[in-house]
Amino acid sequence: MTGLKDSSWGRILALFTRYFFLLRSSWPRIIEIAYWPTMQMVMWGFVSKHFAPSSPELTAGGVLISVVLIWDTLFRSHISYTLSFLEEMWSRNLGNLFVAPLRPWELMLGLACISLIRTLIGMVPAALLAIPFFGVSVFEMGFPLFAFFFNLVLTGWAMSQFVTAILIRYGLGAESLTWVLPFLIAPFSCIYYPLSTLPAWMQDVASFIPTTYVFEGMRALLIEGVWRQDLLLQALGLNVVYLGLGMGTFLFAFRVARTHGLLLQAGE
Amino acid sequence: MKAVDDLSFSLDKSSITALLGGNGAGKTTTLSMLLGLLRPSSGSIRLFEQDFIKNRFAVLSRMNFSSPYVDLPQRLTVRENLLVYAKLYGVINPGNRVAEVAESFRIENLLNQRLRRLSSGQKTRVSLAKSLINKPEFLLLDEPTASLDPDTTAWIRELLRQYRDQEGATILFASHDMREVELLCDKALLMKKGKLVEEGTPTQLLGKYNRDNLEDVFLQVNRREEE
Repeated sequence: MTGLKDSSWGRILALFTRYFFLLRSSWPRIIEIAYWPTMQMVMWGFVSKHFAPSSPELTAGGVLISVVLIWDTLFRSHISYTLSFLEEMWSRNLGNLFVAPLRPWELMLGLACISLIRTLIGMVPAALLAIPFFGVSVFEMGFPLFAFFFNLVLTGWAMSQFVTAILIRYGLGAESLTWVLPFLIAPFSCIYYPLSTLPAWMQDVASFIPTTYVFEGMRALLIEGVWRQDLLLQALGLNVVYLGLGMGTFLFAFRVARTHGLLLQAGE
Repeated sequence: MKAVDDLSFSLDKSSITALLGGNGAGKTTTLSMLLGLLRPSSGSIRLFEQDFIKNRFAVLSRMNFSSPYVDLPQRLTVRENLLVYAKLYGVINPGNRVAEVAESFRIENLLNQRLRRLSSGQKTRVSLAKSLINKPEFLLLDEPTASLDPDTTAWIRELLRQYRDQEGATILFASHDMREVELLCDKALLMKKGKLVEEGTPTQLLGKYNRDNLEDVFLQVNRREEE
């Protein structure tokens, strides 16, 4: 046996390196990651500009552009995590990964790391361009921006864990869930409108969704200038619960896949 | 329905053993269980004196695997693929080890090529190179020379034998190529309908069935029920 070291961080780094190699192998792919958030920002920037004179409450403090950017954080974080996992299925590489001493939680953490990098690649250029284009700087929020961003990244990962659990159990037939799930929670998240806009039953559902608290908190900060730490803590609490459930679901799906011999055939 | 039933065998250290059987005999299921990809519904697997089912992560770093049915990432170059797997297995000097296996499998000139640009034979050599990246003590191969030309097959066979001799590794491979089995292996396990139906050295099997080659032995065993 050659010199080997048993290190979880080493394996997570190896996995991260694998996704980094993949990312750098295609410049169009990198541009694409930044392209969609930037286009969203430009489009909503003009919408915001159009409504500014007639509906100042809708656009005060650059709230519309800010929520669009922050919402896209969740979408990018989820898509980046799940697409990286799908890459393993598309390339029929899961068999090789799982005969290596890679623990499922290490895989999850590796996917989370590359998801964070891809999310930053997508969001930072769009956020920077919003400054000269529309005079809106989300960076002026300071620490709360980090808190909002972090919470939405966590929600994205939690969703991804559920989706990858389904993918590992049911295969590529469930691929479309990747794109569908973020939009399922979007109406309840109150991205563009306050929670009070929703009918009572939807408000009840919304109270179980972490993103609702994030966007309520953002509006409070940008429109009223009030930093609602309580909302952030509620979002964080829910995220911790969903991340725990997501991990549990993935580990359960992995166990089921091992019982039924699905890991070797997983792929196209 | 059971894919594998009442299967029991042991492998000698530093031996090369072939796992033979027709389609659906249970070879892939057996390999999957030995790799930890499939959890047996009952029974036990002991590898390196450890309970593999309960403690597979302690053992997996001492094993490796190659199969034409499991690919490496196609968009990565050969070097990137080998580096990633060297790091996944915790190889201490991954760059050096990549260079070593690349030389062994004569793929140095392919290191900077993306996998998707390679021929199937070249991909097989890369996959075999990956399977030796951690100098495994237990190597599992599924049809290791499928899609290789006869000349390459011959030196790969020699390479595997040398690897066994130098590292004292145990090799288990599934194959349909009976000539390869005769030339390479110390022992053959014949499976049929999920059960182990025959076991022995090629010489023992040839003698027992009074045949000139393993292909005839295989055919006789496989058709025994029908006859």
